[in-house]
Amino acid sequence: MSAVLNAQSAIHSGNRLYRSRKQLNFVLLAVSSLALAFGLFWLVWILGTLLYEGGTALARATLYYQMTPPPGADGGLANAIVGSLLMVGAGTLIGTPVGILAGTYLAEYGHRGWLAGATRFLNDVLLSAPSIVMGLFVYSVYVAKVGHFSGWAGAIALALLVIPVVVRTTDDMLKLVPNTLREATMALGCPAWKMVISVTYRAARTGILTGILLAIARISGETAPLLFTALNNQFWSSNMNAPMANLPVVIFQFAMSPYEDWHRLAWGGAALITLAVLVLNILARALFRKSD
Amino acid sequence: MDLVDTSIRPETLNNSQAPRRLRSAPWADKAFEWLTRVFAFLVFSLLLAILASLLVGSQASIEKFGLSFIWTAEWDPVKEKFGALVPIYGTVVTSLIAMLIGVPVSFGIAIFLTELSPAWLKRPLGTAIELLAAIPSIIYGMWGLFVFAPLFQTYLQPAMISTLGSVPFFGALFAGPPIGIGMFAAGLILSIMVIPFITAVMRDVFEIVPPMLKESAYGLGATTWEVVWRVVLPYTKVGVIGGIMLGLGRALGETMAVTFVIGNAHRLAVSLNAPGNSIASALANEFTEAVGDLYFSALIELGLILFLITTIVLGLSKLLLMQLARGEGTRT
Amino acid sequence: MEAATSAINSAAASRPAIHTTMREGRPAETAAPSDLKAKLKINKLNFYYGGFQAIKNVTMDIPERKVTAFIGPSGCGKSTLLRTFNRMYALYPDQRAEGEILMDGENLVTTKQDVSLIRAKIGMVFQKPTPFPMSIYDNIAFGVRLFESMSKREMDERVEWALGRAAIWNEVKDKLSQSGQSLSGGQQQRLCIARGIAIKPEVLLLDEPCSALDPISTAKVEELIHELKTDYTVVIVTHNMQQAARVSDFTAYMYLGELIEYDVTDTIFIKPKKAATEDYITGRFG
Repeated sequence: MSAVLNAQSAIHSGNRLYRSRKQLNFVLLAVSSLALAFGLFWLVWILGTLLYEGGTALARATLYYQMTPPPGADGGLANAIVGSLLMVGAGTLIGTPVGILAGTYLAEYGHRGWLAGATRFLNDVLLSAPSIVMGLFVYSVYVAKVGHFSGWAGAIALALLVIPVVVRTTDDMLKLVPNTLREATMALGCPAWKMVISVTYRAARTGILTGILLAIARISGETAPLLFTALNNQFWSSNMNAPMANLPVVIFQFAMSPYEDWHRLAWGGAALITLAVLVLNILARALFRKSD
Repeated sequence: MDLVDTSIRPETLNNSQAPRRLRSAPWADKAFEWLTRVFAFLVFSLLLAILASLLVGSQASIEKFGLSFIWTAEWDPVKEKFGALVPIYGTVVTSLIAMLIGVPVSFGIAIFLTELSPAWLKRPLGTAIELLAAIPSIIYGMWGLFVFAPLFQTYLQPAMISTLGSVPFFGALFAGPPIGIGMFAAGLILSIMVIPFITAVMRDVFEIVPPMLKESAYGLGATTWEVVWRVVLPYTKVGVIGGIMLGLGRALGETMAVTFVIGNAHRLAVSLNAPGNSIASALANEFTEAVGDLYFSALIELGLILFLITTIVLGLSKLLLMQLARGEGTRT
Repeated sequence: MEAATSAINSAAASRPAIHTTMREGRPAETAAPSDLKAKLKINKLNFYYGGFQAIKNVTMDIPERKVTAFIGPSGCGKSTLLRTFNRMYALYPDQRAEGEILMDGENLVTTKQDVSLIRAKIGMVFQKPTPFPMSIYDNIAFGVRLFESMSKREMDERVEWALGRAAIWNEVKDKLSQSGQSLSGGQQQRLCIARGIAIKPEVLLLDEPCSALDPISTAKVEELIHELKTDYTVVIVTHNMQQAARVSDFTAYMYLGELIEYDVTDTIFIKPKKAATEDYITGRFG
């Protein structure tokens, strides 16, 4: 038998190395729990602040039917709420079909050729690209050409943010559909396009819907791309061809102003947006979980 | 528009319709495939179109200032002299602060969620961290300006300046009056914003580590920390770096949160507690008020620089994550 | 009775060659498992995955410095039983064990002793090779460094000893700084065995160690198991009956979480006492 083996075993609880390892493990795992606490701390603090500062503003009915006021006057955010709804709606309606069709190509037809791989890559880059650049882009190709800011420009900028999210989820969700389902449909003599529309879309329905909801949640709070596109409008306007009020930009302007009452309205708007975004997020998660 | 008719069910495709279907199918198939291909191409060309439009928009500035735009600190709309050094510096510094704080914290959270958390807490805690990403960035900005900065100025910053500020060499980084807003505050808020992104990637890649590999290390008597640090992390390092790059890309391009708290001063300051500017917040503040073609053009060139930096960082991140996904299938 | 005898004969005939050649030169075990000094005493052990009971009231003694094999159809609980010995199940919150596993008088199921100490005393090798993402040298040194601080020279010696003991030293001695993942499957598995013995455990658990290996590598690992029992108590789970017959001194047959029969390997394979065991051995199972 080997001499190495005959030596006294080091594996016992009195081993100093073992003890110091145990301590290190304990300390570092405690630190990792603190890291989690650190993350949750900010979440609770930010949401708590919103509730505290924005709660009273949210409870006042004037917030929902009065227009954004000049400093010192009473008012609400009605025009900004409607503007936001219009632009988010239009942005979603423009972006979603584009995203779904492009995502369909990636998942269903993209096995050969370079286009699918390259698009998938660039789309993932766009997914996290700075949203302010989207605003700059829409400004250069649309606002500068027509000569004025408009709700449509804002909607297009938002649509450009919707597209990568929807492309990604459509691609991912369609790829989850088992190939046997496709083969079974094709075996019935069904043409490929009908198969995609009537079978694979159906199978991936909830996943794609989740993606759309998350995209809406994302653009609802976006401010930067609207600064150079929709701008703002102090008055009621449902004309998408003119500058349009919207919650994020109003919040930005009001919060950066020196007026107390504007600050209060900004908090109200902030609480409203956050509430909407969180509800959309939780809805999307619940929907997706149910489909599992 | 017939293409989006979803009422056709497989069971209605019975034999009686067969002849018509066979005649129309090849044509419709091609049309649908081309339709999707056109839209895929549209998405593909979007990034290139953005690049082209920014290049065209910044032409005047590029011609006037050339490469020196990047290292010139002066930003004077009156004399029409523009240089990007201050915003570039601010963008890089705030993002670095965000990474220095955000990466270790995300790593700790990912360890907690994958190795320590009781099963029933994993989902709620994971969702709570993900919700940090759902909060709109303007909310972070507002909260940072009205709530965080005053507290930071009163309690944390004076302590930071009096302790760290007197350290030789490094002291200059923290010196100066406590004014709350500035590059450090912006970096700290950015770090909170990137935590959910980095954590999500780390969590995902930690979970692809084969349980058997972890069990082998536990089987030798390794502690949880040792398993994570010596086995899980080396096994997933490519993905972890990809996640960090993703967070960095996000931090570099973040606009509203930074705009509120960075102070918007076109000044090159060594101290992290001093106000500065970032590319994105310079754009947000000045773009709609800019007058003169050269001023516009210089701002668009700022956007171009930001777009190039983030695209490179995010592209690298994506490449790393793809590499990990490929390696996953070949390893046992 | 006649039917039973012929079944046994045909069972013996179906695996004679390897059995006898591998057995050559070593005395067949004659003492029953309960007559020898037990390393692990298992008493009324039950094991649950959530609400599912995977091990039912198992009582057995694992003799010291012998090779004990667990056989049985897949899902019979043999791997689960093995994993209770080093409390690997403790990593998963919904798995729990009840009963006694006594090692040196200490009940491993309820002990307050730290699991990492238990695991260091009871090494384990898995179905698939699991080299760590580090060099061959560090794969071995990893476990050693957990409990011993030693000089570079001592560590070199230990690494060489462990690799030599696992019969892989000659194949890797010139590439110790290469990644453990660069080796072939059979080499990786022997590396994992070397890693397991480098920390000088008392018991070695092998969970189907050859299931992912080619026949030549399998033969090498089997030979190695044979060698290892001079120093270690070896417990091996295998779905391959020939392998159990070749390498083990004692064999336990499990079915649906119960220990059906446990005896000297030759007895199990030639004259099993229970009809159920015989049916499984002769392939008439099911």
